Amino acid sequence: MSNSDLTTPQYDFAVVKQFTVMTIVWGIFGMLVGVIIAAQLAWPALNFDLPWLTYSRLRPLHTNAVIFAFGGSALFACSLYVVQRTCQTTLFAPKLASFVFWGWQLVIVSAAITLPLGLTSTKEYAELEWPIDILITIVWLSYAAVFFGTIVKRTTSHIYVANWFFGAFIICIALLHVVNSMAVPVSLWKSYSIYSGATDAMIQWWYGHNAVGFFLTAGFLGMMYYFIPKRAERPVYSYRLSIVHFWAIISLYMWAGPHHLHYTALPDWTQSLGMAFSLILLAPSWGGMINGIMTLSGAWEKLRDDPVLRFMVVALSFYGMSTFEGPMMAIKTVNALSHYTDWTVGHVHSGALGWVAMITIGCVYCLIPWLWHKKEMYSVKLVNMHFWMATIGTVLYIASMWVAGITQGLMWRAINDDGTLTYTFVEALKATYPYYIIRWVGGVMFLGGMFVMAYNAWKTIRGAGQTSTDAAAQPA
Amino acid sequence: MNDMSNFWSGWITFIVFLNIFGCLWILWWTRRKHDDDVAEGEELHHSFDGIVEYNNPLPQWWLMMFYATIVFAFIYLALYPGLGSYKGALGWTSVNQWEHEMKKADNRFDRIFEDYAKISIKDLAKDPEAIKVGQRLFGNNCSLCHGSDAHGAVGFPNLTDTDWLYGGNAKTIKTTITGGRTGNMPPMAAVVGDATAIKDVAAHVLSLSGRKGSGDAATGKTKFAPCAGCHGQDGKGNQAFGAPNLTDNVWLYGGDEATIITTINHGRSGAMPSFKDRLSEEKIHVLTAYVYSLSK
Repeated sequence: MSNSDLTTPQYDFAVVKQFTVMTIVWGIFGMLVGVIIAAQLAWPALNFDLPWLTYSRLRPLHTNAVIFAFGGSALFACSLYVVQRTCQTTLFAPKLASFVFWGWQLVIVSAAITLPLGLTSTKEYAELEWPIDILITIVWLSYAAVFFGTIVKRTTSHIYVANWFFGAFIICIALLHVVNSMAVPVSLWKSYSIYSGATDAMIQWWYGHNAVGFFLTAGFLGMMYYFIPKRAERPVYSYRLSIVHFWAIISLYMWAGPHHLHYTALPDWTQSLGMAFSLILLAPSWGGMINGIMTLSGAWEKLRDDPVLRFMVVALSFYGMSTFEGPMMAIKTVNALSHYTDWTVGHVHSGALGWVAMITIGCVYCLIPWLWHKKEMYSVKLVNMHFWMATIGTVLYIASMWVAGITQGLMWRAINDDGTLTYTFVEALKATYPYYIIRWVGGVMFLGGMFVMAYNAWKTIRGAGQTSTDAAAQPA
Repeated sequence: MNDMSNFWSGWITFIVFLNIFGCLWILWWTRRKHDDDVAEGEELHHSFDGIVEYNNPLPQWWLMMFYATIVFAFIYLALYPGLGSYKGALGWTSVNQWEHEMKKADNRFDRIFEDYAKISIKDLAKDPEAIKVGQRLFGNNCSLCHGSDAHGAVGFPNLTDTDWLYGGNAKTIKTTITGGRTGNMPPMAAVVGDATAIKDVAAHVLSLSGRKGSGDAATGKTKFAPCAGCHGQDGKGNQAFGAPNLTDNVWLYGGDEATIITTINHGRSGAMPSFKDRLSEEKIHVLTAYVYSLSK
């Protein structure tokens, strides 16, 4: 390591610690709701005929909780940690940072109350009603101020690549959130989008796809760019690759939204552009995977002993796989088969569980000992156990959804010699049942792993097991 | 989409090319050897919290993949609509693709149905092959309301019994499927009288199918006149209005006392959509034969 920095600034990690803990808490909450709705698909009676337990209300709660509460907390924690360390400076406006923490928790709690009550703007991944949308905007701008303020007062000459990704993520999410959530309120808890018809659909999926692109990809690539070289103690493979894939990813992603609306009332030219740009997006997406995996080359032996690093390399593998699958599904002929089936659900989860959750878990296992000045996690064995539960859970989930999705797609399009449809919708649903159960088992395993993590984190933070002096933690 | 202005069309084309050529430019820029830079494969001079970066070149296979997708995009956007109002060399639109596929399907499948259409519904109902075809049409068009076994649900008639709202002969079934039906019973509370009177009428209605209500059926009978307009004085219904027979203990919305009182108080309305625009006449013919075969 060629760390030539002479000064050791006093970092401010209070908010980082809070968000790290809440990452685990909201991860368990969001995934638990996911397991419940997965069970409801297999056994519909499990909503107990209570309106606030119906699939339609819990599904947005699940997506909001895992994306914005679990993923969001991980991004806040890691970005505010990484920006201080790579800029070698303390946090800008720590009080504002504290507001970001409490404000975001308020957003999450409001979501957890209003969504089961059926208060929704009905925009996918942006279901929260207008008062909460305004709160999100205020919290997000405060976060931007803290992050970019810290960048401005950096003591290093350059800005590290992880911060480019965090910066792009923060700016673009602000833009996406404000444009997509524009609405006319008619009462405190009801509003109508200012867009209508195909325009509304296009804005919605411009938002929806870029929420994936900037929240779940760019932000987490930022985490990857710090924690993988740190953990592996290896230099980043290629600075030049990081430049190209950064600019290509953030510009090209913006075009890809229409592939969610193939063969709909959206104008043909928009659909074609969405497909063409989705394909060009393949190479830049893989740029991040190559840079991460090649950074580990030369340190492969570490994968044997360090389950944390294994989490990260498996995360990159799933990232590579889902960013290959995505452009393929954006091809119109493939989409004609896959659209509206559970294949889409499987694709999302190979990204969400395989990439987002796995890289988050890896980073949290790094952060906890570093933040609480411990040598390692309380039990590396439990980390290893978590690794296998998460990996097997993810594989069960996506494999069952592939089979289910392709089965549905083929059954829906099957026609008889007389031109009538071979199967009714219910028959295709019946054929999906076994896969719904396998998917649920996968989800339960993944959730189980999160409980193992929570226990391990609790023991580590409480100081059980090996204790260490400050010197053993990540040096300032 | 044909009325896109030249400005927007030009702007879309411009930003598409700007983005793609921007990517090509940055690929070229990072590929070329910077003389003032560190040698390839060496570490760059800056370090972040101990992290350094290699000055490695872009992997060749990755670069080729990037170029290949860009070439594909250019070809695709030349052939298909995408660049603003440019229609693409193939002249493809999603509407003409749909029309083409429909025409192909019609050419292929119409013959089968045209042959079936020549056979009378009664004879067709005895043809097991035709019934299978009709069942599939039913499964995908009718089962959502009437159930995949055609047993119906609350508000949706059972098609397997012999009780018909509008009539169960072949011709009427065909008319029902073709044109749809709108059933409407107005709220009768104001006409019948107060709560007691309604209870009495409900008791009378119950008595028609041999049951007893909490009200006085005899008094109810005297107040049944407003109902008789549609259901008939004997309560046997009238298929001309689709007014249900109240004497056979078959109920569209439920036959317990409370439900009958709700029905009298608030009325009922039901609608079956017309299938005229969704299925060809020949297909409706086969579907009719299937429905007709159910109630035997």
